[in-house]
Amino acid sequence: MLRLEAVHAYYGRAHILAGIDLAVERGEAVVLLGRNGAGKTTTLKAAMGLVPVATGRVVFLGADIAGRAAHEIARIGIGYVPEDRRIFAGLTVMENLAVGRQPPRRDAPTWTVERLFGLFPNLAAMRDRPGGRMSGGEQQMLSIARTLMGNPRLVLLDEPVEGLAPAIVEEMARTVLALKREGLTVLLSEQNLAFARLVADRAYVIEKGQLRFSGTMAALMADAAARTRYLSI
Amino acid sequence: MSVLAVRDLAKSFGGVQALAGVSFEVAAGKMQAMIGPNGAGKTTCFNLLDGQLRLDAGRVYLAGTDITGLPTRRIWRLGVGRTFQIAGVFASMTVAENVQTVLLSHRRRLAAFWPRVADLYRDEALDLLAQVGMAEQAERSCGVLAYGDVKRVELAMALAHSPRLLLMDEPTAGMAPGERMALMSLVAGLARAREMAVLFTEHDMDAVFAHADRILVLDRGRLIADGSPAEVRTDARVRAVYLGSDAVAEAG
Amino acid sequence: MEFVAVQFLNGLASASSLFLVASGLSIIFGVTRIVNFAHGSFYMLGAYMAWTLATRLSAGPLGFWGAIIGAALAVGVLGAALEVTILRRIYRAPEMFQLLATFGVVLVVEDLALLIWGPADLLGPRAPGLRGAVDIFGQRFPEYELLLIAIGPLVLVLLWLLFYRTRWGTLVRAATEDREMAAALGVDQRRLFTAVFFLGSVLAGLGGALQLPRETINLNMGFATVVEAFVVVVVGGLGSVPGAYLAAFLIAELHAFGILVFPKITLVLIFLVMAVVLIVRPHGLLGRPFVGLPASVVSPAAVLRPSSPAARWVGAIGFVALLAAPFALGDYALTVATEIAILVLFAASLHFIMGPGGMVSFGHAAYFGLGAYAAALVASRLAAPMVAGLFVAPVVAGLAGAAFGWFSGRLSGVYLAMLTLAFAQICWSVAFQWAELTGGDNGILGVWPPAWAAPAAAYYYLAVALSLSAVLLLRRAIRAPFGYALRAGRDAPLRAEAIGIDVAATRRIAFAVAAGSAGLAGGLFAFFKGSVFPTYLSIPRSVDGLLMVLLGGVNSVSGPVIGAIVYTGLGEQLVRFTDYWRLAMGVAIIALVLAFPEGIAGFAARLADRRRGAPAEDAR
Repeated sequence: MLRLEAVHAYYGRAHILAGIDLAVERGEAVVLLGRNGAGKTTTLKAAMGLVPVATGRVVFLGADIAGRAAHEIARIGIGYVPEDRRIFAGLTVMENLAVGRQPPRRDAPTWTVERLFGLFPNLAAMRDRPGGRMSGGEQQMLSIARTLMGNPRLVLLDEPVEGLAPAIVEEMARTVLALKREGLTVLLSEQNLAFARLVADRAYVIEKGQLRFSGTMAALMADAAARTRYLSI
Repeated sequence: MSVLAVRDLAKSFGGVQALAGVSFEVAAGKMQAMIGPNGAGKTTCFNLLDGQLRLDAGRVYLAGTDITGLPTRRIWRLGVGRTFQIAGVFASMTVAENVQTVLLSHRRRLAAFWPRVADLYRDEALDLLAQVGMAEQAERSCGVLAYGDVKRVELAMALAHSPRLLLMDEPTAGMAPGERMALMSLVAGLARAREMAVLFTEHDMDAVFAHADRILVLDRGRLIADGSPAEVRTDARVRAVYLGSDAVAEAG
Repeated sequence: MEFVAVQFLNGLASASSLFLVASGLSIIFGVTRIVNFAHGSFYMLGAYMAWTLATRLSAGPLGFWGAIIGAALAVGVLGAALEVTILRRIYRAPEMFQLLATFGVVLVVEDLALLIWGPADLLGPRAPGLRGAVDIFGQRFPEYELLLIAIGPLVLVLLWLLFYRTRWGTLVRAATEDREMAAALGVDQRRLFTAVFFLGSVLAGLGGALQLPRETINLNMGFATVVEAFVVVVVGGLGSVPGAYLAAFLIAELHAFGILVFPKITLVLIFLVMAVVLIVRPHGLLGRPFVGLPASVVSPAAVLRPSSPAARWVGAIGFVALLAAPFALGDYALTVATEIAILVLFAASLHFIMGPGGMVSFGHAAYFGLGAYAAALVASRLAAPMVAGLFVAPVVAGLAGAAFGWFSGRLSGVYLAMLTLAFAQICWSVAFQWAELTGGDNGILGVWPPAWAAPAAAYYYLAVALSLSAVLLLRRAIRAPFGYALRAGRDAPLRAEAIGIDVAATRRIAFAVAAGSAGLAGGLFAFFKGSVFPTYLSIPRSVDGLLMVLLGGVNSVSGPVIGAIVYTGLGEQLVRFTDYWRLAMGVAIIALVLAFPEGIAGFAARLADRRRGAPAEDAR
């Protein structure tokens, strides 16, 4: 569904991505693991058109989308949930959801506000609360719900459990699994291996802007050397 | 006596506790790393130490002097140097001019309207640049340097007033792996030679464990470990924070 | 008591008009971050178009209201067209260049209006059915004003419904908060920006059109209005529509009652209120701090290199030409040259704070004018010699600059620019209204140099000597440690503080020095013209200065010199060859902005670099 081919990207003058190749198939949940600063966020932003792709291709459903504007990429069915949530603080829960709304697609799960409230019961109780007056966990739920309003084919989740309390991490894991059951394709970036292990089928490990490992989650769990080398201290 | 002593530092932003009850010391001539996941409070801690943020509670002592709540420029004059996570150099100046500006500030000559900067403290600036390996690029504009080189210019700028304490926020971010080790070795050598205390944050664990004399670990605003690299490496709480270590992976 | 009530209603009616214009400006700024100086021109166009439509259409209510609505919509289309054709190309350019482009539009519109509607004031038809007056507390109050009073809150409610009850409004508010995130959710910014420009311009056009029965329509109404609208927007909080109404109400009532209580200083009062609000609440009454609003509105600057041999030769030849000019030029050309010499200093002084300091001043003429008035007052009231006047001018202006620097505290970017505008307007209104001291609109006449400096050539040499020395001193200061401290504070304020620089103090000193230099230019100008008028401190003169600096290129030490020569020279030539010099100038400015967003000197330097094959990394 999504394929990155030899993607290079810069942040200012810093060379962040030095040739990333990865693929996500329909219905999969794939995790991008790596330490802080490894290039996970930049990889997702490059796919979303929020960071310019210097060289390389980003292929989505057979078309090269590198260089397209972010709103065009959103409209062909890639949803993006940023690391820092970026809730519109002055907009209510309902309004935040409205911003994300797009027409339904035949080949992707269709979401309505009511269905999303079923998935995130907390949000249903605070329809008219401004986004700026919600807790971090609630904002994270809203950020995901807002992206789902666009009925995406593929969702990019950037460190969805960063800074969240353990209980909410579990809830988030259940949520991501529920999304997968709906038929949604998910590419997430994570530092939290325990969380990744619960939700992902396959993993890529990125370090210093390059891929160091690629394989199933089970293979990664079996490879203690790789985990220690790239992820632990 | 330790160069830096921090007692019960606390800071919250809009109800979110960014740092709580953080106490530690940094000794002269030592490299001390501060590590922790994103959002653990490392940069906040640095901003409190150099006066960019007002702290809610706690005390900061520099060589026994209470510097709590002083403005950034006073703290600098008392001997605290700093490099930034997102490199802060003066983009409209050449590499040499960046260092010259710091030297001019150190000598309190920045109010002068007449002398040409081109003639002032140039040799001293080139000498500092030579120490960080940037002498050949002295005439280039700082706005066009490679990121790793900008970091080295920052280091030369931070050394220009011979600080007693150097705060380095991710000194090697954006550098190639080879460069990282070289820079950290350079800093470690300078710390020993100048009897300068260095407190740094770093994501590259290879760099941390190769060069730190002591390591602090922050998680969600709290200090969860403070010890030698060997102690920190085997600390169960640290391993729990840095997921990927076997214990937690299996528990998950 | 009755009188107070009626005065209050008068204030409400004015508040409505002001709110219409200001809300449009605020909405446009909130979403696109463009400070649209052409907004006042749209207001004026609304009035002119409504006049044309109303005089062409039937005289009945349908014709009148059709004209009002038609004019508003037509102005909206023009606004959208401006966005699509010009502004869209420069969203990524530094903010100052966007401003410059909208200045260009102001000039173009002003002359097009002159071309189409002529220079005479136009009087529109009264509103059918609302020609009468009603009795309020025994006083006659026009019905049309009552309607206006209602329109303000009505539009406020409609805008509220639009922003809070429609999906489009939600998207606009989302984009105002975080454009990138909105785009990642599929919101097309380009269409949103065009639509916002349309809406904002409709509001400006409506505001102008509704003036039809109230006041005469003239070519000056645009600029006067945009300045007041800026005050309203800044006091209310950039981007806040309810804030705009609150501020419009405040300002209009202040105006209505100020005229009764302090007739002399109403204008001062208004700008004083703005200054106080900005100092106490730097983001306005209902405003929130904007994320991602750059503190400096100038592009990241390039390294200053020593002058190249070629530039030194040009300088030397220029110096010889300056000395030889009186032998080669006639008297008229010599006076033009004298004026240019003085304005070069004015431009260089503004450049000092804008370039190395990164602070934009919309009111630099205040210091020029203060210098001129100080010199003229010393000469005329104290009968002191010219030398004393030329000494007092920079001192007075410099002190005023220091005082302003102290007040402006830590404001930066657009807010600082607005405060400079307020300060200049205060100075202007003092000069205009304190007639006992300043002669008001008539100015101070008979400020002539003594016999030894009276001949054109003699005064030319005097002006060149003083101006050139001051400009060279400013240039030297930029290359001296102080200039580096100033640039350090502009490039990276946090870093500058972290190496012991007191950024705020450095900026204050720079402001005082720049103000003093502008004051010297003003003093020279006073004796050159033999008179001073309030226009010396008016906004158009401040704008002249801005244009000179921006045309020359902010990042170049020689930029202001080149800019002043080109701008004054071009203006002088255009005035001689065409009545529509503003049109030509406006088109030239827009073309220049689109072609060389780094200014002429910056472009020339890059060209020279390319020819030498040097890496194109530094401009000079």
